[in-house]
Amino acid sequence: MTRPISITLLAKAGPHLGRGLGALALAVLLALPLLHLLPAEHALHVSAYTLTLVGKILCYAVVALALDLVWGYAGLLSLGHGLFFALGGYAMGMYLMRQAAGDGLPAFMSFLAWSELPWYWYGTSSFLWCLALVVLAPGLLALAFGFFAFRSRIKGVYFSIMTQALTFAAMLLFFRNETGFGGNNGFTDFRTLLGFEITAPGTRAALFLCSLALLVGSLLLGWRLAHSKFGRVLTALRDAENRLMFCGYDPRGYKLFVWVLSAVLCGLAGALYVPQVGIINPSEMAPTQSIEAAIWVALGGRGTLLGALLGAGLVNGAKSWFTVAFPEYWLFFLGALFIVATLFLPKGVIGLLGKGDKS
Amino acid sequence: MIATPSPTCMLEPAFHPAGVGRDAIGLGQSAGRGLDVRHGTILTLEDISVSFDGFKALNALNLYIGVGELRCIIGPNGAGKTTLMDVITGKTRPDRGQAWFGETLDLTRMSEVEIAQAGIGRKFQKPTVFEALSVFENLELALKTDKSVWASLRARLSGAQKDRIEEVLTTIRLEGSRHRPAGLLSHGQKQFLEIGMLLVQDPQLLLLDEPVAGMTDAETEFTAELFKSLARQHSLMVVEHDMGFVGTIADHVTVLHQGSVLAEGSLEQVQANERVIEVYLGR
Repeated sequence: MTRPISITLLAKAGPHLGRGLGALALAVLLALPLLHLLPAEHALHVSAYTLTLVGKILCYAVVALALDLVWGYAGLLSLGHGLFFALGGYAMGMYLMRQAAGDGLPAFMSFLAWSELPWYWYGTSSFLWCLALVVLAPGLLALAFGFFAFRSRIKGVYFSIMTQALTFAAMLLFFRNETGFGGNNGFTDFRTLLGFEITAPGTRAALFLCSLALLVGSLLLGWRLAHSKFGRVLTALRDAENRLMFCGYDPRGYKLFVWVLSAVLCGLAGALYVPQVGIINPSEMAPTQSIEAAIWVALGGRGTLLGALLGAGLVNGAKSWFTVAFPEYWLFFLGALFIVATLFLPKGVIGLLGKGDKS
Repeated sequence: MIATPSPTCMLEPAFHPAGVGRDAIGLGQSAGRGLDVRHGTILTLEDISVSFDGFKALNALNLYIGVGELRCIIGPNGAGKTTLMDVITGKTRPDRGQAWFGETLDLTRMSEVEIAQAGIGRKFQKPTVFEALSVFENLELALKTDKSVWASLRARLSGAQKDRIEEVLTTIRLEGSRHRPAGLLSHGQKQFLEIGMLLVQDPQLLLLDEPVAGMTDAETEFTAELFKSLARQHSLMVVEHDMGFVGTIADHVTVLHQGSVLAEGSLEQVQANERVIEVYLGR
């Protein structure tokens, strides 16, 4: 073994250390929003920029986790998860636009000289209905797409290409002003959420805590699934689908369940992302966004839930530093990272931490 | 030593007051709780033809397998043995002909999953196991139980189910490797694991495609013993090239040639058959 000694030591320290690090990370994440509430001149104050950045990464981590469930466990590589994320974001954005517009029409509709709301905007002034949309829009789309794709036994690279085409088509649709979602500008200039000022420290802290809760909840749910018989059936499906069918399992239901669950998790992440960054536009549906999510998972280690989180954290952390320090070189660096991970870390970064030694 | 699950098929006397033929026994109806094998035939294939781009893989094939029988299918390469298994398990639809499981289940109208659930198990030519899962988990997934999504989400192994898995682990001599990932097993061990997966699935008809390929002599001998003990409770259809193995286990041999049955009978009868000698020796 030619591993650095520090990593070998880390691996030997075993689950205790891992659990300790996890608890530490959770404690830091819980402390961040509280420190943001301190007055700005206080030494321990956390800036809105930092809090929003970390909050954003938490939302991306949920996407990585959701993608890992379908790719790492069920072997379905989706290159269109950005679409589900964006749909959740747009659903939340509709509510925020209605809040900002008060009794009138959202600003972009006035510019188009529309006199009334399109039918699909009805009810969007209600927060509860928008929450339902956050779940229903990505969930129903995934259900319909998955139903036909899995019924036709589309898999492998064909499935990936179709998901990519789906998100690309949706992006073109949302770019049009006539679609009624603000065209290429999307939604922005949000003011209030449930009556609270959206840029107020308290609101930011609450949104951050919600993102953290969603991440922890998704992690627990994913862990429960992965360690149930359902998770083992998914793994079997990935490795030998024919064998599984001759054992009497119908793969379609299993694929559809995990596919829709994954889409809904992405939608929820998108809904928390939008009020934190203050904008949603069709570029979130760009194919590159979805491919980047696949890189997070591949780099962190697919098939392990923590690996996906680690990948999302590392790549986005590196990105936020790199795009400030060397803005022109970020994409080269990302590409190099992916190549290195594929060549030298087939099990991802998490594979370094000794998990790979067991098998 | 050998696990013997209780048979769930109904064996009834071949007396039918209501008439004879399929109409009298409810053609096309579901089999209900047990498989209807009142005529003593578990598998009926009549006039089955399959062609791929003009090539006739199966040509008006007729084959009947009785309840509890151990049937060996032999034949030169390209005789249609694997296609035959594909037709029975629903992977390939025949162009023509009828395929019945028991008296009432029409295999040509059922999906692969339905056929597997109805009680036909299949072992592939190349051993196929779930490599990332442990030996125990492989058996857990194959175990006969409710296999819907909801059932899997809440599934917990009962004591009886655990005992059954342990029992089969002992039968296939893998009790020491239960927690090893199946991908790390040797070729012969994978063959046994796949046979074990068929056993816990508890099918009434087992289709085995070259089960002893790549096994040592000792393993082959053990497999022969295992299959002989399985017959009677289960019906077995074994496709095999190894004549020594066929001679040890089979009471009945069917020779396939160019997609149809060339000869049937005991191994001695078949080996003495002029046409079989011609096909095998190319005279």
